[in-house]
Amino acid sequence: MSTVDPKSSVPETPEEAAASGTLAASIALKQRAGGIVVPVLTALIAFLLGGLVVLATGHNPLLAYRDIFNGAGLNWIFHPTTNVANTAAYNLSQTLLQTTTLILCGLAVAFAFRCGMFNIGGQGQYFVGLYVANWVGYDFAHMNPLPHILLAVGAATLAGAAWAGIAGFLKATVGAHEVISTIMLNWIAIWVGEWLFGDGGPLQNSANATVPISNDVADSAKLPVFWGQQELQGLHIGFFVALAALVVFWVVLNRTTLGYEVRAVGFNPDAAAYGGISVKKNLIRAMAISGAFAGLAGGLDMLGYLYHFGQSDIPVSSVGFLGIAVALLGRNTAIGTGLGALLFGALLFGTTHGLSSNVIQPELAGNLTYMIQGLIVLFVGADVLILYLWNTRRKLRPQAKAETA
Amino acid sequence: MSSWAERLENPVSARLRDPATSGYAGLVLGALAAFLSIPPIMTRSVTWPILVGIVAAMLGIWTVTRGRRRLGLGAIVTGLVGLGLGVLATHSGTGNLNAVFDATLIAQMFASATPLTFGAIGGMFSERSGVVNIGLEGMMLMGAFWGVWGADKGGNWVVGLLVGMGTGAVLALVYAYFAIHLRADQIVGGTAVNFLALGITGYFFFQLYHGNYVSQGVSTIPNVHLGFLSHGHFGRHFLGPAIGNLNLMIWVSFLLVIASYVVVFKTPIGLRIRACGEHPRAADTVGINVYAVRYGAVILSGMLAAIGGVYLSDGFGGGTFNDNMTAGRGFIALAAMIFGNWRPAGAFGAALLFGFSSALALKLQVYSPSASTLFNVLPYVLTLIAVAGVIGRTVPPAADGKPYRKQ
Repeated sequence: MSTVDPKSSVPETPEEAAASGTLAASIALKQRAGGIVVPVLTALIAFLLGGLVVLATGHNPLLAYRDIFNGAGLNWIFHPTTNVANTAAYNLSQTLLQTTTLILCGLAVAFAFRCGMFNIGGQGQYFVGLYVANWVGYDFAHMNPLPHILLAVGAATLAGAAWAGIAGFLKATVGAHEVISTIMLNWIAIWVGEWLFGDGGPLQNSANATVPISNDVADSAKLPVFWGQQELQGLHIGFFVALAALVVFWVVLNRTTLGYEVRAVGFNPDAAAYGGISVKKNLIRAMAISGAFAGLAGGLDMLGYLYHFGQSDIPVSSVGFLGIAVALLGRNTAIGTGLGALLFGALLFGTTHGLSSNVIQPELAGNLTYMIQGLIVLFVGADVLILYLWNTRRKLRPQAKAETA
Repeated sequence: MSSWAERLENPVSARLRDPATSGYAGLVLGALAAFLSIPPIMTRSVTWPILVGIVAAMLGIWTVTRGRRRLGLGAIVTGLVGLGLGVLATHSGTGNLNAVFDATLIAQMFASATPLTFGAIGGMFSERSGVVNIGLEGMMLMGAFWGVWGADKGGNWVVGLLVGMGTGAVLALVYAYFAIHLRADQIVGGTAVNFLALGITGYFFFQLYHGNYVSQGVSTIPNVHLGFLSHGHFGRHFLGPAIGNLNLMIWVSFLLVIASYVVVFKTPIGLRIRACGEHPRAADTVGINVYAVRYGAVILSGMLAAIGGVYLSDGFGGGTFNDNMTAGRGFIALAAMIFGNWRPAGAFGAALLFGFSSALALKLQVYSPSASTLFNVLPYVLTLIAVAGVIGRTVPPAADGKPYRKQ
């Protein structure tokens, strides 16, 4: 690039940023370019296409979406009540239970994104947190509730951080691509779980040696439930922990030196290094913090409502992967991730356990969630929609000025 | 008249003096140490595995002292692991040993390796052209469901194969459009493809089959019976059970490896694909249509991954499907491609290694079902070690994952 083209020297449009800049830089530009319009449009298009599939297979998409809306308990806002005997209230409490997990899994992806890395290993970090919480929750019985809960949650968080830290360490020291290493770590975590809970495994049920399910955590490790009953998967206080995590995420990124360094490395590692920021340290740190969010999600799930986990639960769980869609739809911001988690939490519960419909079966609707998730991720990753909006806004602006003048 | 000095100059002895020779000899001996105590040789004394293992480790040490550190360390580790496994095996009952290490282990290795081979070769084409393909898993899953659907509705496995390939190609085309024309982030796009395939196959599996098994009597991909191999003692006990009755797609996968090597490294098309993956701007300058090449390579990768899926459901699975049937095989295929350093033979070797490890995991259940489960992490751990650069560095194509923008 010896001849400097004044237009292309400064990456002004997302198009140029995507061509020249880093992942974080291009995402930041998209954020400015599209604002809230693009994520909403993206979700609407995904729902529309999903609806077309529903229509093509002989179901009424409008009625199906209405039933999913009710299944998620979102109709609760028309008749607010805290009594979980009411179906809408119960469904909403379950949706918020899923939202709790998805907020943290979304933050796990979002934090790494801000440092220019794609943490695709949220699922593995979540599992590791889950396993450790189960172990501490069961094996350290006879403790007082508060220290027991803190110990179990803390251990789960650290385990998630360590698991992701491996990927960060490999990236920082030998340059191994974090996507490849986190995928591998996911599958290692999955098979380790199959081993842990399988017959004869270390965490397998001690009372019944032929059932591939873990022991229940001790009562002292169970999180207090504030909405609903503990026996009926009530909403536990982990919900507030997740909301607090959103605040912590925002404060750490925007108001601390650590966050500044992480974002600087994400925007441009070379410039950050020139400015005296250690790129390696921040890659490891960002990845570990990412993993801590996912590990925390696993710990809260285990102590909050799962209490035990089995071999057959492992392939069914996909919250770590949903976190990718949550973070991308939320543009890797705290508020966006919170809203994205609510949307996917509602979809997750509303299409499966909460759904009672004569239009669409839960088996179909559950897969509809995967499709919508895939479409959202597909569109969010593309520049085209954002570019289109950016360009039309740019074209409109001078025209508007000319008209007012 | 030949002096000592002259003899040392000749290539054969020069090769023998090369530290690489002692390193590779150490690796082979390390494997031999374990091999000695399993059938068919099955020595029952601990002397042989210990002796051979120690020699292998010493060769490794010698290699390290002469400068080939990684190779030497590899030989030391192989020697010690071989020694340990060999001694362990001599303590195990002969009945169990015979149950684990019979010729069907080889047949099972090929059976588990084949979907990985198709996926890995497919991924290699895509990445050689500069497009990262995380979506192999999804494309394989599409092939698995729609392939068995095609075989069911079309009444013939050939139809199933074509339908499977077609759906894999369509999904790859969607991905290619986003990755190439819209310049979407390729990792994000590939992840989306996996979700999409999971949703589509699960949705239609329930819609068309109510989540039950595909109806009985689906036309399946046939096995190739090679009766002439089963003659004589060796043929009856080894060749026949090992390769005498393999699925047709296993043989096709062998041909694919050879064909893809020729195409990628010996033809102008292969040169163009590699040019687009290494330096798309230069390729564009000399008149190669980068977009067209990348589209072609990505669609080809979708078709190949889908064949792997069809094999899984309509060959290996005997005409069945279940939700998320591929269960991560697309990711192991991706790992095999990386482990094989983006080369057909390397990817094939890695697929065989990973296939062997999963076949062995099944067989080792006679010892401990619990521990054999843990054996399944081997492919992922090995790949993690490989990308960490402990055993030689893996080098992706230079422009892999970077969208190209025409000027």
